[in-house]
Amino acid sequence: MTAFIQDLVEKNHYQHTHLLHILRAVQAHYHYIPKDAIEQIARLLAISRTQIMGVIEFYSFFHLSPRGHYEILISDSITDHLLGKHELAAYLEEKLNVKLGEVRADGLVSLDNTSCTGLCDQGPAGLVNGYALSRLDKAKVDQITDLINQQTPLEGWPQALFQVDDNLIRSDLLLSAPIPAGAALQSAFNRGLKETLNELDISGLRGRGGAGFKTATKWKFCSEELNDEHIVVCNADEGEPGTFKDRVLLNSYAHQVFEGMTLCAALIGAQQGFLYLRGEYLHLYDKLEAILAERRQAGLLGQNIVNADFNFDIEICLGAGAYICGEESALIESLEGKMGIPRNRPPYPVTHGYLGKPTVVNNVETFLAAASIAVNGGNWFANIGTDKSKGTKILSICGDCAQPGIYEYPFGTDIQTILDDCGASDVLGVQIGGPSGTFISNKEFSRLLAFEDLATGGSFIVFNQQRNILDVVNNFTHFFAHESCGFCTPCRVGTSLLKNQLDKIVDGHGSAGDVVALEELCQIVKKQSHCGLGQTAANPILTTLERYPELYQAQLKKISYEPGFDLDGALETARRLAKRDDAGAHLAQVEE
Amino acid sequence: MSKTITIDGQVIPFEEGQTIMEAATEAGVYIPHLCHHPEYTPHGSCKLCNVNVNGRTCSACTFPAMEGQQILNDAKDINEERKKITQMLFVEGNHFCPSCEKTGNCQLQAVAYHLNMLDDHFPLFYPHREMDASHAKVLIDHNRCIFCTLCVRASQQKDGKDVFAISGRGINKHLIINAESGLLKDSELEATDQAAHICPTGAILIKHTAYQVPIGERIYDHTQIDQVSLNSENLQHDN
Ligand SMILES: Cc1cc2nc3c(=O)[nH]c(=O)nc-3n(C[C@H](O)[C@H](O)[C@H](O)COP(=O)(O)O)c2cc1C
Ligand code: SF4
Repeated sequence: MTAFIQDLVEKNHYQHTHLLHILRAVQAHYHYIPKDAIEQIARLLAISRTQIMGVIEFYSFFHLSPRGHYEILISDSITDHLLGKHELAAYLEEKLNVKLGEVRADGLVSLDNTSCTGLCDQGPAGLVNGYALSRLDKAKVDQITDLINQQTPLEGWPQALFQVDDNLIRSDLLLSAPIPAGAALQSAFNRGLKETLNELDISGLRGRGGAGFKTATKWKFCSEELNDEHIVVCNADEGEPGTFKDRVLLNSYAHQVFEGMTLCAALIGAQQGFLYLRGEYLHLYDKLEAILAERRQAGLLGQNIVNADFNFDIEICLGAGAYICGEESALIESLEGKMGIPRNRPPYPVTHGYLGKPTVVNNVETFLAAASIAVNGGNWFANIGTDKSKGTKILSICGDCAQPGIYEYPFGTDIQTILDDCGASDVLGVQIGGPSGTFISNKEFSRLLAFEDLATGGSFIVFNQQRNILDVVNNFTHFFAHESCGFCTPCRVGTSLLKNQLDKIVDGHGSAGDVVALEELCQIVKKQSHCGLGQTAANPILTTLERYPELYQAQLKKISYEPGFDLDGALETARRLAKRDDAGAHLAQVEE
Repeated sequence: MSKTITIDGQVIPFEEGQTIMEAATEAGVYIPHLCHHPEYTPHGSCKLCNVNVNGRTCSACTFPAMEGQQILNDAKDINEERKKITQMLFVEGNHFCPSCEKTGNCQLQAVAYHLNMLDDHFPLFYPHREMDASHAKVLIDHNRCIFCTLCVRASQQKDGKDVFAISGRGINKHLIINAESGLLKDSELEATDQAAHICPTGAILIKHTAYQVPIGERIYDHTQIDQVSLNSENLQHDN
C-alpha cells in the first residue's frame, strides 16, 4: 500500500488541492480509505489527518470501512421511484443476497441508495464502482448478479449495461446549430474582446444554473479585479434531482462548452480553468479528457491559443457525491480539496474564489450559450425569449410522459405546450426546477417558462393523476436532510426535523397541531439558513401545502395530540427482559 | 464624519472593515450569538446572530457594516426565531442541564434563558454520542457539542496547534480529535490551552474543577448573558 499511495500522491504533484482525486483513487483501489492511507497521505501532502477524515466523512462516495469489491448504488430519486425503484431494489437484495446499506459477508458486493444520478430519463438507474447503469430491470439484475458472482472485472461487462443515451428531442437556437470548434474564439479576437463582452451584455444572457445572475456582469466584475491570476470554473455538479441536461451537453456538445470557458478566460484574463464534474458522471470523464487533448492539439487550449498570445488550460475535477457542491462557494472549497461547505459572503467568488483568486463560476449551459453568442452576436440571442429572460432554456424532462429527454425552448413558452410535446396526459402537476423549485398543479399550465414566472435550472418532472403528492414531497424532504452540509443550525437540524415531522404526518401519526408546526418550521429553515440549500429545502412542503392543504389535513388523526413515537414499540425491550407478552404489557397509542 | 448604521432605530458609528456584530458590541448593543467570539475569525454557523439588514437576513458576525444599513435586531419575531434555533441546538444533542457540571456557566443555557426558552418545542433526537475521558486533565462530552468550532479555531489561532476539527455531513456532524487513535490523550492538547477553555457549553471540560464554584454563584446565575457578553467582549477589545 505504501508504494501505491506514494505513487498516487506523486502523480498528483503533492498538491493538497488534489485530495479528492487522491481519495477517489484510494477508494476505487481498496473499496475504502484505510487508516494507514490517511496517515500517509497526511504526511505526504503536509495536511492534518483531520482534514482528510473530514473530507472522507463528508462525501458520500468515500468510506472508512470496506464496501464490496462491486459497490452497487441505486438512485433514490423520485423519478427512479416512478420507474419501479422499490421493486428493483428488493430484487437486487434478493439476487445479490445482501441488504440495502450492507456489505455481503464475503465482501464481494455491497448495496446502497444514492441521490439522483442524473439518468432520470432512463431509470431506474444505478452505479457500479462509480459507473452509470441505466434502465435497470430484472433481466439486467440477473445478468449483473452472474457477472459479480463470477467476479468478472467491470471491463468485461457488456457495454449495453452502461449505455447512456442523449434522448435529445427538441432543439432550438443553441442545440440545432452548434458552432465549429474555435469559431467563438476567432470571432472574439476578430471583433475585439471588449466588444465581445458587450455583445454578451446585449444578449441579456443570465446564468442557467438556477439563480439567473447576468453573465456579462459577472464576467465584467471579475475582469476588473486586480490580480495576477483569474480562474474560470464550469459547474457540472448537476445534482438537482430531475436534471440531466448538462450530462447531454458534456456528452455531445463538450467542444462548445470548453470553448465558452476559454472565451470567458480570454475576456476576464484567466489562465486556469476547472470543470467540476459530479462523481456520478464518471462515465464521461475519459471522453472529456480526450476532447481537451484534441483542443490542445488544435491550438484551442494551452499556450498561444489561436495565435493570440493567450494561454489557458482546463483541468477536470470529479466530485464524490455531495449535492451541496453545486453551490458555487462550496464547489470552490471542494476544488481546493476540502469539505463542500458554503462560504460566508461577501466576499463573492468574483473577487475571492479559488485559492482567493477572482473566479467566475458558471453553469455548463451558460458557457455553451456564451460561445454561440460570441459567434452570432448579442441580438441573435436577445431577439428570442421574454423581456427579462432572453434566449432559450434547455430542459431535462422526465417522470410521467411518453418521451422523457432533452428539450430546448424559447423562454416564455407555456407549460401546456411543453407537456403536449413530451406526451404527458392526465397530469396531476409538474415539479419545476427540481425539489428546490416549485410544484405547480394542473390549474397552472398556462404559466410560462421564464425567470419572472417559473424559473428552472432545467429540471421538469411530470406527475400523473395516479401519483401521491405526499410520496413526492417525502422523497424530496429526505433528499435535503441527506444533502444538508450541516454547517448552519437551521438547515442541519431543521431539515432533519422537517423529515421527521413529515414522516410522522405521512405515516398517519399526525394530529391537529402538526401541520401548523410543520409550516412554522418550514419558514424558519427557509428564512434563517445560510445558503440556497436550506433556503429552498422547505419548498416541496410549502408549495404543496399551499396548493393541497386538504391532502395534509386528511393524514391527521382526530385527536388533539399524538405522541411522536410508538408507545407500545418503546415497551418492547422491557417486555423482552420481563419475558412478558400479556395484554397488561401492552399500551395503546392513545386512550381509547 | 464617521459612517453609521442604524440598529433598532439607534444610530451606531462603525469603522470600515468592521462587521455588524463588532460595531454593535462596541456601541453596547447585544446581538445573541454562540459560535462568535471576538478574538477569532467569525464562523457564521449558529445563526443566532441573524439580523434583518434592509429586509434581508444576514449573520451579524460575518456581514460587514455598511453605510446606511437599517438593521432590526431586538425585534419580537427575530427573537422568536432565535429561540427556535436555540431549541434546535438543544434537541439535536443531549443537554440535561440539571446534571451538567457547566450549568450556570453555559452560554447555550444562558442564551436560552435570555430568549425566554421554556421548553424544547421540537421532538428530541436523543442521538447516541460518546464521551472521551482519556485525557488526564480534559474531558470531552460529545453529547453537548454544538459544532460552533470555537475549540477548532482556538487551537489553530491561539494555541498554534490543530487539535480539533468538525467532520461528517448534515446531522451526522461531529467533533474529531487530531490523533492517530482519535483520542484526546494522544493529541497535543494541554489543559492550559485556550482550546480547552473556550467551549460555550459543557462539551469540553477541565477535569477536577467541576463544583469548585457552587451552583447559584455562577456567571449566569445572577447576570444575563447580554450584560456578561458586552462587558467581557468590550474588555477584551480594549486590551
Ligand atoms: C444547493 C445548491 C446546488 C446548486 N447546484 C448547482 C448545479 O448543480 N449546477 C449549477 O450550475 N449551479 C448550481 N447551483 C447554483 C450555483 O451556486 C451558481 O449560482 C451557478 O453555478 C452560477 O452559474 P450560472 O450563473 O451560470 O447559473 C446550486 C446552488 C445551490 C444553492
Ligand atoms: S443551509 Fe444547509 S447546506 Fe447551506 S450551509 Fe447551512 S447546513 Fe449547509
